[in-house]
Amino acid sequence: MQMSNRTKNIIVPIIAVLLGILVGTIIMLITGYDPVAAFGALWNGAFGDSYFTGETIRQITPYILAGLAVAFAFRTGLFNIGVEGQLIVGWLAAVWVGVAFELPKVIHLPLAVLAGAAAGALWAFIPGLLKARFRVHEVIVTIMMNYVALHVTNYIIRSVLAESSDRTELVHQSASLRSPFFESLTDYSRLHWGIFIALICVFIMWFILEKTSRGYELKAVGFNQHASEYAGMNVKSNIIMSMVISGAFAGLAGAMEGLGTFGYAATKGGFTGVGFDGIAVALLGANGPIGIILAAILFGSLKVGALNMPLEAGVPNELVDIIIALIVFFVAASYMIRMFIDRISKKGVK
Amino acid sequence: MSFMDILVIIIPSTLLWAAPLIFTALGGTFSERSGVVNIGLEGLMVIGAFSAIVFNLTFDDALGAWTPWVSLLVAMAVGALFSLIHAVASITFRADQTVSGVAINLLAVGVSLFLVKFFYDKGQTDIIQKGFSKTDIPFLSDIPVIGELFFSNTYYTSFVAIFVAVIAWFIIYKTPFGLRLRAVGEHPMAADTMGINVTKIRYIAVVLSGALGGIGGGVYAQSISSDFGHATISGQGFMALAAMIFGKWHPLGAMGAALFFGFAQSLSIIGNSLPFLENIPNVYLLIAPYVLTILALTGFIGRADAPKASGVPYIKGSR
Repeated sequence: MQMSNRTKNIIVPIIAVLLGILVGTIIMLITGYDPVAAFGALWNGAFGDSYFTGETIRQITPYILAGLAVAFAFRTGLFNIGVEGQLIVGWLAAVWVGVAFELPKVIHLPLAVLAGAAAGALWAFIPGLLKARFRVHEVIVTIMMNYVALHVTNYIIRSVLAESSDRTELVHQSASLRSPFFESLTDYSRLHWGIFIALICVFIMWFILEKTSRGYELKAVGFNQHASEYAGMNVKSNIIMSMVISGAFAGLAGAMEGLGTFGYAATKGGFTGVGFDGIAVALLGANGPIGIILAAILFGSLKVGALNMPLEAGVPNELVDIIIALIVFFVAASYMIRMFIDRISKKGVK
Repeated sequence: MSFMDILVIIIPSTLLWAAPLIFTALGGTFSERSGVVNIGLEGLMVIGAFSAIVFNLTFDDALGAWTPWVSLLVAMAVGALFSLIHAVASITFRADQTVSGVAINLLAVGVSLFLVKFFYDKGQTDIIQKGFSKTDIPFLSDIPVIGELFFSNTYYTSFVAIFVAVIAWFIIYKTPFGLRLRAVGEHPMAADTMGINVTKIRYIAVVLSGALGGIGGGVYAQSISSDFGHATISGQGFMALAAMIFGKWHPLGAMGAALFFGFAQSLSIIGNSLPFLENIPNVYLLIAPYVLTILALTGFIGRADAPKASGVPYIKGSR
């Protein structure tokens, strides 16, 4: 029986995840660690008690947003590898607004969140403009913008926001996403309101792409630039628009970290990694809203659960990074998996 | 502080910081010239740095003064092996080359830190005892002025890097292999029609990029960081990628750009001790390589165009 493309699209990511876990297990067997204990510790570290569950959901929040950012650009045929940089500037902008003003919460919090989105959007606008105007490949520009973001935000934090210290003050209560209710519910984890913002954004992405004519244009440009141009669409403005929306999602991911998880911005020696993991989320989630949520749940639980592996099973938590990298790799090389599925299902016919 | 004194500080430091960038950027040049985008340079440097340090720590008693050089060869071999993953994914399995490169970066960091914890039970290795060290190059350092500026207090690896860049230029522009490499990167179907094995050439190019990226990481680890941890390689691979683009996919251009980026990096570190730079925030020097690359791509500093088939998997028979 030949499998339909739809079923294949669902089965391929599942096989990729299983292959990633399988290779991770083999690595543990070779290096003499106990895989059963390791995965047990991983599960306990992600869902073992309410504290860990809270932390897992907290981690899922930026993953959803970073995944949306990558996916939205993907759908328009653009590869936004600069989510990391857009996230960092969004983080800083949100915290800046959170620290600098004193306003009632109904104004202050939305303002800080939107500042994060705007900063991310601006940071993505540059590669979008360069792509549309000068046909410069967005991959390289966004990579370079990541490093510019890292160094510039470090500089601003050190010399403008914090008096020669490495982190800003805490954001005002009126701009904080922290939730005493969630904290009491989850044994004082850092779970905050951001998860709802992330879920709303999933809906926004679905709505823009599926229910608006702008979304239709964005997808059309992603499928075939020339055809869209002949159909009378403005390809350039759609490219810029796509990057701006994608950057806004990324900036929101940063705002969640700045206003929710940490409550401040600190200088960084390197990247947070969330932006790059967002690529993994989008790929595994096949750039669709439901897929992104599921993939973010998977990677969020893996990341948070991993922290428990050294404590409970003595296995380095980097094992999970290996598994995530392998999953990305297997999804990217899904041609291999598809060929394999085809071969098996053809045998079934004979 | 006289101008000469400043040059005596800056030039050796530039050469030191540029060497790993030159090697890695050359690796990127080979890969992209064949039509395979290699975002994974960063990961290849990580793997190179990791294997050089581990080998160095393990065998420094047995090998003595040759330790860093042998470790460099090991880094080269491991880098080449590791890049095979990228080659298989992006050439044989037609994966998106950028995604596969991202996977290489994630995998390299994961694998090397996992193994560091497995070998040493801690997050960072010890500091190596036998790294590359500053020397005066015999004879050349005796030349007046030039000898003091370029050949004193410097590292052999920097000159090896420049030498390799010249070899790379010769290979790419003066040998049949180089012609095939460029043909495959510009128009694989035409190359295929002329009887060139596109897959084979691309595999060789990607493995070369892995070998050179591995060397780049090994040089960095053994002459600059002296140990291996999660932050040892933080952006050098992407800076090498930038150097390759800024050098317009030309080996000597890449080398020049790498030297310039090395200069910017060393200024950002030693700038505080120089009279005319102490008041300039070093953020400008830190972001200079990246901003310049964006400007170069945009066409403000002479347009940079990638090889035409770069990033596109070659599928026999498709048009």
